[in-house]
Amino acid sequence: MILVLDLCYRRDSLSRYEFVAPIAGIVRRAGVPCTVRHYTEVRDTDLEEAKRIVLCGTALKDNRFASSPEAFGWIRRIRRPILGICAGMQVLSRTFGGTVEPGCEIGMIPIRRIADDPLFDGKETFEGYALHRNAIHLPETFRVLAVSEGGIQAMRHPVLPLYGVMFHPEVRNEWVVERFLTLPLLFPTGGEEE
Amino acid sequence: MQLGALVSGGKDSLFACYRAMQKEHVACLITVVSENLESYMFHTPNVRLVELQAEAAALPLVQVETGGEKEAELADLKRAIEIAQEEHGIEGIVSGAILSVYQATRIQRICHGLDLWCFNPLWHADPEAYMEDLIAAGFSARIAGVYSYPFDASWLGRCIDAQALSELKGIAKKHRITLTGEGGEYETFVLDAPFFKKRIEILSAEKTYCNYNGLYRIGEARLVVK
Repeated sequence: MILVLDLCYRRDSLSRYEFVAPIAGIVRRAGVPCTVRHYTEVRDTDLEEAKRIVLCGTALKDNRFASSPEAFGWIRRIRRPILGICAGMQVLSRTFGGTVEPGCEIGMIPIRRIADDPLFDGKETFEGYALHRNAIHLPETFRVLAVSEGGIQAMRHPVLPLYGVMFHPEVRNEWVVERFLTLPLLFPTGGEEE
Repeated sequence: MQLGALVSGGKDSLFACYRAMQKEHVACLITVVSENLESYMFHTPNVRLVELQAEAAALPLVQVETGGEKEAELADLKRAIEIAQEEHGIEGIVSGAILSVYQATRIQRICHGLDLWCFNPLWHADPEAYMEDLIAAGFSARIAGVYSYPFDASWLGRCIDAQALSELKGIAKKHRITLTGEGGEYETFVLDAPFFKKRIEILSAEKTYCNYNGLYRIGEARLVVK
């Protein structure tokens, strides 16, 4: 089961159609069972049962998730591959000591890969859909995988399978989510997570 | 949250408005009437009848005119949204964008500039599920314009019901067009919606058609009890 986390301003919000349903749709079309939860309602059993976790984006003006860092305390202890999208990337970054600062991009932007990683294999440059008011300063432990003129567009933990993308892959880059679902992502102790 | 719904008269914008009503409060409808039949942003057939839709829904309407030049019309859209902010205290906008990055990006930028929330509840929706939801919810939408092969004149004025949807699915699959018409293959006009207090009855309409390009222009219409 893939756990798709809704980071929008409240449970079952109007934004859910826009930022959560398209991601859940990609997962389901890939033939993978999917559970959607709001970030305030994540249960231990959801985390235990999840093979991988996707943290979805939010509306441009929606920063409410950032006021509840305790709701994401599980990220440091759970041993599951995580893909954070936009707001999800900001959560991932903050969890590992990164910071967020104003940085707005809206619309299709050119993105350039600057480091090798299986998630971006064969994609040197591509156009991505940006919709964010904040950019991130990388946590010390992470490395940059891709950039745009506006800043960091993709990051990864150097050891753990924890990814963040600032662009929205549900728009014209569904392959990012599909690859995240299928790549053999390993934890350092050797065993694959599934 | 008080929202203004951007409506064109067609099914997507009014279904987005319907979804918004289920989660937030829609304070007004907003429409931009374009003189340009090939407007990049604003669909045009029967757009003047949005006034009747607003009356049917018992909602105030903010309406502005635009010449329809590619980017200048965005200034007119911004003006309409500002009027809605001032007159109805809206805190956000809801639009019926499904796949159009061009449309969504421009609305997002305007909302960002005005510090408003922006909602696109049909964004990347599954087309079949959306069209089925539209019919199941009780929307009555007529085809108001066709702009591509293989739509013949018989489609003009046709109601999107289960039979029409079944045929549209076949056409979309065979001819690789969007099922929802968002690629500009066809346009619709909504006569009834679950949130309408009255429905619109067409008294007269005119069809023009040539080479897979046609319009269903509603001449006279009135509100009747549902």
